[in-house]
This record gives sequence, structure tokens and C-alpha cells, in this order.
Amino acid sequence: MKLRRSMLFMPGSNSAMLSTAFVFKPDSIMFDLEDAVALREKDAARILVFHALQHPLYKDIETVVRINPLDTPFGLDDLEAAVRGGAHIVRLPKTDSADDVRRLEAEIARIEHACGREVGSTQLMAAVESASGVVNAVSIATSSPRMMGIALAGFDYVMDMQTERGDGTELFYARCAVLHAARVAKIDAFDVVFSDVNDDDGFLKEVDLIRRLGFNGKSLINPRQIELLHNAYAPTEEDVEYARRVVAAADKAEREGLGVIALNGKMIDAPIVNHARRVIQSALASGVRK
Amino acid sequence: MKIIKEAVAGTLESSDLLVKVAPGLPDRLDIHIRSEVMRQFGAHIRAVIDDTLGKLGVTEGDITVEDKGALDCAIRARLQTALLRSVGDVKIDWEKLQ
Repeated sequence: MKLRRSMLFMPGSNSAMLSTAFVFKPDSIMFDLEDAVALREKDAARILVFHALQHPLYKDIETVVRINPLDTPFGLDDLEAAVRGGAHIVRLPKTDSADDVRRLEAEIARIEHACGREVGSTQLMAAVESASGVVNAVSIATSSPRMMGIALAGFDYVMDMQTERGDGTELFYARCAVLHAARVAKIDAFDVVFSDVNDDDGFLKEVDLIRRLGFNGKSLINPRQIELLHNAYAPTEEDVEYARRVVAAADKAEREGLGVIALNGKMIDAPIVNHARRVIQSALASGVRK
Repeated sequence: MKIIKEAVAGTLESSDLLVKVAPGLPDRLDIHIRSEVMRQFGAHIRAVIDDTLGKLGVTEGDITVEDKGALDCAIRARLQTALLRSVGDVKIDWEKLQ
């Protein structure tokens, strides 16, 4: 089970951060060539990320590159750097429609072919940042077999909706739409960044909400948020204990050829058993909540 | 690649380096390196710079590197960026940047 709870943004132009980011052990590292990079440093960031991707420091961690949109002067060169550098995933910002993904996919296939990388090996993540993107989330999520995830980007979205960040009400529809699209497409869903790095309580409140909604994880802008996030996503000891009893009861029922499973007098059906197996897998991968 | 104008890339922050390139005397390639880790890694830094220049076919110019303990990948990247900036708006030959 590949965990993608934490996706840590790293400014692509910052050599020091690129030299140390792996020590924080997020589930994925996202080298950012877009908003975190000044216009006059776009060229430098692109080449730095191209080399960082190939460094042995990053061989054991999933790498993502957020490129500039393809309709900017930077997008295609960013894509060359990401694909040729060996990024596992390319994140396309400001995705409004499935056509955006298909155009990206065609360019990636061209670059893979040109540089000798296996065609189809670069995965895609679409970030939706507008009302159009949210409304088209299902067609975006299902637009390509390369798609591994869909992310909501909150800042641009609330601007487009003519509102502002608040208690989460303003993101409720978008979160649900993106999440449903991900589940339709059987891909991962990622929530927005929480920008106040000094507000741990607010961060954990938001994490609790998105975890219960069903998001796989969250984009992060500060390494300090990783441990908080991972712990919040870990199952509790009680969850794990109950899951073990559910699975044991299911296994026993199967051995005895029983169609109906009961635990403590309550009927347990297949979705509950499947959920219990996921809880146990999650505990094996990330431990239990502290 | 021929250095046409002065160009700079990188920073003087820790784990980074500042690279300045400029047209030099004909048929001369002058390389000046200052590094906080010169004693331990000077030869290695020089080798990375020579390799990077060689792949891009740079045979003349004035190269100044001020290293603040950067990784190989950053040395390569900053030098390549400065060189590409020095020749203006060219299409990148990614094979030569490997």
C-alpha cells in the first residue's frame, strides 16, 4: 500500500532546501517550478530540479514536479526537465478540463520517447484551482491512465469563487467533488495546503476533517507539519484492535463456510471487513496514533 | 558553446554556490574556485566543473565559482544555468546537461 499522506512542496530554486528535503521523510516530495519560483529564476530552478531528481538522495522517495501551465513560456521546458530528470509524477496546475491533461500527456509521451524513458512511466496529477476544474473533476480524473491523483488548490479556487479562506465551508463542495472524482477514477485525492505553519491546532482540525472525508493526504508547505499529519492519519490502538477482531471473525467464518459474519452479536459485511484490512495495513505502514 | 556575455547564477547561501562566467582571452579557459570545503573536496569540485564545461564544449572564457558547500548536482546546475544565460535565448540541449 503506497501511502500518500504528505506531499511536501519544495521551492525548485532553493539549493539548500533541495539538498536536505529528503531528511524530513514526507511520503512524496514536490519540487515546485511554479508559484514558489520568481520569474527571473525559472531557468535556474528548472535545471536545478533536473539534476536533483537524478541525485541518489532521492532514489528512495516519490518525486513530483509541479510545472508551470503549458500555456506559459515555461511549461514545456519544465516538462522536459521533469520527465528527463526522472520525476515519478508531474503535477499540472490550473487544470480546467480533460483536454488540459490530454495535451500534457501527449507532450510527456513525446519527451519520454525522445529521451529513452519508458513511454507511459511518468504519472500525472492534476491540480484543480477553479470552478471549471471542480465542475469537470470527474472527466479530469478519468482522462488518462497516467493519472494517479487529483489535488484541490484552495487559494486560486476561492479567488475564482469570489470568496476567501475561512472555516472550510467555502471549500466544502470542491473538496467533496474532487474526492468523488478521485474515487470514481480509483486514484488518490489531495487536500489544500494549510498556510499558517504556527497554528498546529487549526492544522490538525483541518486534517481531521479531510481524513474523515476520505482524502489520501494533503499538500504541505512546511516540514514541521509532516509528523503531525502522519500521526493524525495513523489508526488508533482501539481501531487496530477492533480491525484485528473483525478480520479474525471473517477468516473464521470463511473457514467454517459461513456466509454471515457476526462479532459481538453484530453482523459484519464485506465493506467492514475490507475497511478493517485497510486499517491493519495502515498500522503496519505508519504505526498507531500517539 | 561560446560565452558571449557576462552572466551569473546561484547564491551565496549555505549549500549553494555563485557562478560568474564572462568572455575571456582568446583560447584561454580560466577557472577560479573558492570553496569552504576546498581542502576536502577541491579536486572533486574541479572535476565536476571540468566535466560540465566539457560536455557543453566550453573551451574559452573566465569562470568564477564561489562554493558554499553545494552538492554536485547544484554545482552542475548553477554552472549550466550561468553558461546558458551567457549565450542568451537558446533551446536547451538536455542531453548535454546530463
